[in-house]
Amino acid sequence: MTELTLAKALGSGLRRALSDDDKVVLLGEDIGTLGGVFRVTDGLQRDFGTERVIDTPLAEAGIIGMAVGLAFRGYRPVCEIQFDGFIYPGFDQIVAQVAKLHYRTAGKVRMPLTIRVPYGGGIGAVEHHSESPEAYFAHTAGLRVVTCSTPQDAHSMLREAIASDDPVLFFEPKRRYWTKGEVDEDADGLPMGKARVVTEGSDVTLVTYGPLVATAIDAAVAASDDGISLEVIDLRSLSPVDFDTVAASVQKTGRLVITHEASESGGLGAEIAATLTDRCFYYLEAAPVRITGFDVPYPAAKLEDHFLPDLDRILDGVDRALGRVNSLTGWSA
Amino acid sequence: MSTTVPVKAQNSVAKKQTPEFVQLLDPDGRRLSDELYDPWISDVTGDQLASLYEDLIIVRRIDTEATALQRQGELGLWPPLLGQEAAQVGSARTLRPDDFVFSSYRENAVAYCRGVKLPDLVRVWRGTAASGWDPFEIGMATPAVIIGAQTLHATGYAVGCKFDGADSVSVAYFGDGATSEGDVNEAMIFAASFNAPVIFFCQNNQWAISEPVGLQAQRPIADRAPGFGIPSIRVDGNDVLAVMAATRSALDRARTGGGPTFIEAVTYRRGPHTTSDDPSRYVDPAVAAEWEAKDPIARVEAFLRSEGVLTDELAASIQARADAVAAEFRAGCVGLENPEPLSVFDNVYATEHSGLARQKSQYKAYLEGFEK
Repeated sequence: MTELTLAKALGSGLRRALSDDDKVVLLGEDIGTLGGVFRVTDGLQRDFGTERVIDTPLAEAGIIGMAVGLAFRGYRPVCEIQFDGFIYPGFDQIVAQVAKLHYRTAGKVRMPLTIRVPYGGGIGAVEHHSESPEAYFAHTAGLRVVTCSTPQDAHSMLREAIASDDPVLFFEPKRRYWTKGEVDEDADGLPMGKARVVTEGSDVTLVTYGPLVATAIDAAVAASDDGISLEVIDLRSLSPVDFDTVAASVQKTGRLVITHEASESGGLGAEIAATLTDRCFYYLEAAPVRITGFDVPYPAAKLEDHFLPDLDRILDGVDRALGRVNSLTGWSA
Repeated sequence: MSTTVPVKAQNSVAKKQTPEFVQLLDPDGRRLSDELYDPWISDVTGDQLASLYEDLIIVRRIDTEATALQRQGELGLWPPLLGQEAAQVGSARTLRPDDFVFSSYRENAVAYCRGVKLPDLVRVWRGTAASGWDPFEIGMATPAVIIGAQTLHATGYAVGCKFDGADSVSVAYFGDGATSEGDVNEAMIFAASFNAPVIFFCQNNQWAISEPVGLQAQRPIADRAPGFGIPSIRVDGNDVLAVMAATRSALDRARTGGGPTFIEAVTYRRGPHTTSDDPSRYVDPAVAAEWEAKDPIARVEAFLRSEGVLTDELAASIQARADAVAAEFRAGCVGLENPEPLSVFDNVYATEHSGLARQKSQYKAYLEGFEK
């Protein structure tokens, strides 16, 4: 066991993957000499060479398309997209090629790519550096989409993603890169497709993932001061979603709040609310509540606190799920 | 006959007279000399050229049959290659089995040369499968329909060959329209930066559906590559020998660490974009007639006859073989079975995805409801 930041835990995961399988190669902008703009790949090019840790030209479609060709050749590429908002030039290669090649070739060609994406806001960044584009990819057949919230998961899930024979979009909560936690490299952790009950509770199920897991845990502590017991679930996987774990919780609590940074419309929250309404209709005491980013472009840094769900907005959602209209509630479902 | 394909007084022009591109066999079947490219085909015998001629006849025959199958309702769509046979056969026949092709959807002659099973050519056009064949069986990826996307895949594959220390080469086939796509330009940048053993084989067939090449490029397309640091060759794409010579020189450069080459094969799409297209809305019949006079097969036939290699008897036997291939192709096509309904869920993932597993089990139960 070692205490590592989430960023360092990702780096140690990449290091292990490079050591364990000589077909693993890393591609991205500034990942070599610089070690990545967040230093996740720090030291890896020095230790594994320029043919394993590859600085690429500045072209996201190029990075993904080249990785597709390497996968055809038997490699297991790990691509870094420098920031969430930079992924769109590579969107076509991801959606039209990476996601579909296994299906298109009747399973003859595997696409064991991992595409790492630092995502989410809360760091006071400029435009295109704080987005949460996960729903685009969760909507796309052929992709797996996961996100981590702890250093241990960062390490273990990244290694599992790289070992997966399916393409994996690996979303890294960039504002939690500096969160510290114990990491056991040899831990036989929870499979990346499974959700984790982070905090057990009995009154309301609070489902989230990635950067908002820590916020949700804080919300559970705050709620308990008011005598409300929240069960916090870290989804971890967004495609597939582990609905069994969420449904078991909702069958216990009868109330569901979902929170994510991404905009509301067409988001994961809608999918979870719809599925849980279907699966747990007779258990629900109230309509599922979504607490999300608004349907606006990610705003300027001085406005991001008015975009990102925070502890108070989450607790407001909990109140609504409990049927309590409080002074903050400006609308009803 | 085992003599090589010579430049002879009676059937040749002493010096190549068309500086616009490399041409070794002109439309009248005269063998032109070219100091730079003659050596690349100096080993090609008359019999070997006759074999290429047979390929050209067969792929055109398959193409004709496929269009007929579409008109008869057996195929949903077909993209004819009429006019582009030499560009495809001349390049594909120079490749080794361990080389790898990443193509677009009109490269049916390339697939034929790579050894595709005939019905596999039309699985996708008949709608019985998402694509035709096992890429690793014939060293050719299933075609990319998104224009230009495959050039990046070819580049990545080539970089992999280089990392592996193999002297295999990857070849990207694409058209003039694709050269406007970002992917193709990115592929050239990546290939140059990583000195990838890849050939960018552009069939400039003058058309992207209805848009003329002048909308994509204001200068010869081959002129672009040097700006990326990639040497380029402009070749008569209707001349199977010139295409072969150019491809061999590019393969040699790639195999010996010289990196990528861009080949612009200047040809003409004499048919529609696909069987759904109506070129009469945009093609000038006079221009089409000019290109018909530059037919890639007629010139080989004229040359082989002048050399005494092609007799009426041989020509008839080649045509009979082509007809037999077409008959086998037709039988294979109409014999393709419709896929099982639940196979719609197969191979989306390499390992089980719980969300999809639920949908499959629900749809299975739904279908079974009809059987009760």
